[in-house]
Amino acid sequence: MRALALALLLMAAPAFSQEAPLGASTCLGCHSPVRADAAIPSLRGRDAAEVAAAMREFREGTRPATLMDRLAKGFTEAETQAIAAWITR
Amino acid sequence: MRIARRALAALLLPAPAFAQASARVVVIGGGFGGATAARSLARAGIATTLVEANPTYTACPFSNAVIAGLRPMEAQRFGYDALRAEGVSVVHQRATGVDATAKRVILADGTVLPFDRALVSPGIELRFDALPGYDEAASRAMPHAWQAGAQTELLAAQLAAMPDGGTVIMAVPPNPYRCPPGPYERASLIAHFLKSRKPRSKLLVLDAKDVFSKQRLFEAAWAALYPGLLEYVPLAMGGRVTEVDAKARRVTTDFGSHEGAVVNVIPPQRAGAIAQAAGLADRSGWCPVDPSSFESRLVPGVHVIGDAIIAGAMPKSAFAAHAQARVAVAAMVAMLRGAPVPAARLLNTCYSLVAPGYGISVAGVYRPANGVLADIPGAGGTSPLDAPASVREAEAHYAEDWFATITADAFA
Ligand SMILES: Cc1cc2nc3c(=O)[nH]c(=O)nc-3n(C[C@H](O)[C@H](O)[C@H](O)COP(=O)(O)OP(=O)(O)OC[C@H]3O[C@@H](n4cnc5c(N)ncnc54)[C@H](O)[C@@H]3O)c2cc1C
Ligand code: HEC
Repeated sequence: MRALALALLLMAAPAFSQEAPLGASTCLGCHSPVRADAAIPSLRGRDAAEVAAAMREFREGTRPATLMDRLAKGFTEAETQAIAAWITR
Repeated sequence: MRIARRALAALLLPAPAFAQASARVVVIGGGFGGATAARSLARAGIATTLVEANPTYTACPFSNAVIAGLRPMEAQRFGYDALRAEGVSVVHQRATGVDATAKRVILADGTVLPFDRALVSPGIELRFDALPGYDEAASRAMPHAWQAGAQTELLAAQLAAMPDGGTVIMAVPPNPYRCPPGPYERASLIAHFLKSRKPRSKLLVLDAKDVFSKQRLFEAAWAALYPGLLEYVPLAMGGRVTEVDAKARRVTTDFGSHEGAVVNVIPPQRAGAIAQAAGLADRSGWCPVDPSSFESRLVPGVHVIGDAIIAGAMPKSAFAAHAQARVAVAAMVAMLRGAPVPAARLLNTCYSLVAPGYGISVAGVYRPANGVLADIPGAGGTSPLDAPASVREAEAHYAEDWFATITADAFA
């Protein structure tokens, strides 16, 4: 009974319609969506296609990077696109 | 059919009954893992209680800069007001037990907190039974400074007070331990301190292993920046410390003994005491977990994250604890609503400073494989060995930026 009520309650909560795709939540450890003065830029509100393109260039080694080239290689193109759509929203 | 009728009944229940039925999670430990998790749970609409022993959290990342006189201790301290403001119920008490059958956490004052699921992020316990001569009393003469706070300030004060021309000794433990590159960052920054403030002094680093994180980058930087000042002794050359004498500030190795003006002993470690008390740790002293949900393999319904777990390829870092918190919370929310646990992919990046304005990093991307977190081949790795000074400077800058972001995400 309790479990069912719980399940219904949780399904009703709007927060769950926006679940982070694979790997995306850990990008926020560096790309703060709230710090305005950050050196590592916020990706919120950016163009999703641009973010996906940047990730592709990092992965292929054609975009200058101190770190992102090493991280971007852990994701496929499809995974990157899902992250880009979520993180820019 | 019965289920459907029950669901209907649930829907028809008056509102207060719903409120009572809201899922309850108790989080033990308000460090990088626990604070991040508590906040994410509250944001997901879950009634969350955070049990944290101390009213103020003192962060370890960048505490090596405090030790070297490069950063105020104040910059390491964080409070829990922002979590309270988001609806987390914060209780400053020590948890003494977790009763997984009755689903409740027991606090030092006898308070009992019921839960639907629990999450434990207790960090490490230093083993004061592992290195002969090194107990808690000895740590007041030979600080470990491996849990930030009074110990950090003690080591900083000892370095500031030591005479020029003295020897500083560091004893580094075998794997696994909190923050794999941490001892070598500390050695670098102590060497920087000595070079600029007490240039006739020496640093002797005695290591219980032969290979370590970012080794080639550290060794190249040491040769360039601290030649003749920093001496590194690996296991194969007699680096393993087997006994210490706190009164004499003397350490004994397989090959001989050394006395120091300042001695920093980093002892072996295990998962925080509550993990042992709650039966979450195995015989290794660390906690086996499922790598997708971070649910304990020993105690169902209880999730464990951060330094306390056996994480496979993922290191024990603040970055990792924060990443695991987010993945564990997504899994807990799914489990509470009877949905499948989402697939997991995690990142880690550990920055180290080898001097002010000189940063290096190691990164990894991980996924569950064969029951643990495994490296994704081809991804991750260290900063290049031949990078120009501008890249080292950029990485030092990004390191500070990372710290500002992760502490804001967890505490601000
Ligand atoms: C010198 C040094 C430098 C480091 N540098 C870096 C770095 O640059 N980057 C990085 O990513 N990591 C770094 N780390 C590692 C990082 O500090 C840890 O990995 C991180 O703190 C782990 O988080 P946690 O949540 O597992 O544990 P902790 O942060 O230790 O938090 C555990 C919390 O639980 C509380 N607690 C424990 N037991 C109980 C109980 N029974 N009841 C109530 N409360 C309890 C404790 O008081 C504590 O607040 C460094 C560590 C050191 C020592
Ligand atoms: C450890 C910190 C860290 C993490 C984690 C991290 N980034 Fe980055 N990101 C950086 C840094 C630093 C840069 C600047 C480029 C460089 O030096 O590598 C950057 C740059 C970027 C850029 C280019 C921004 C621009 O305006 O040029 C994108 C896009 C990006 N990251 C996406 C991501 C995504 C997606 C993730 C998660 C999969 C992620 N980052 C995780 C540190 C991080």
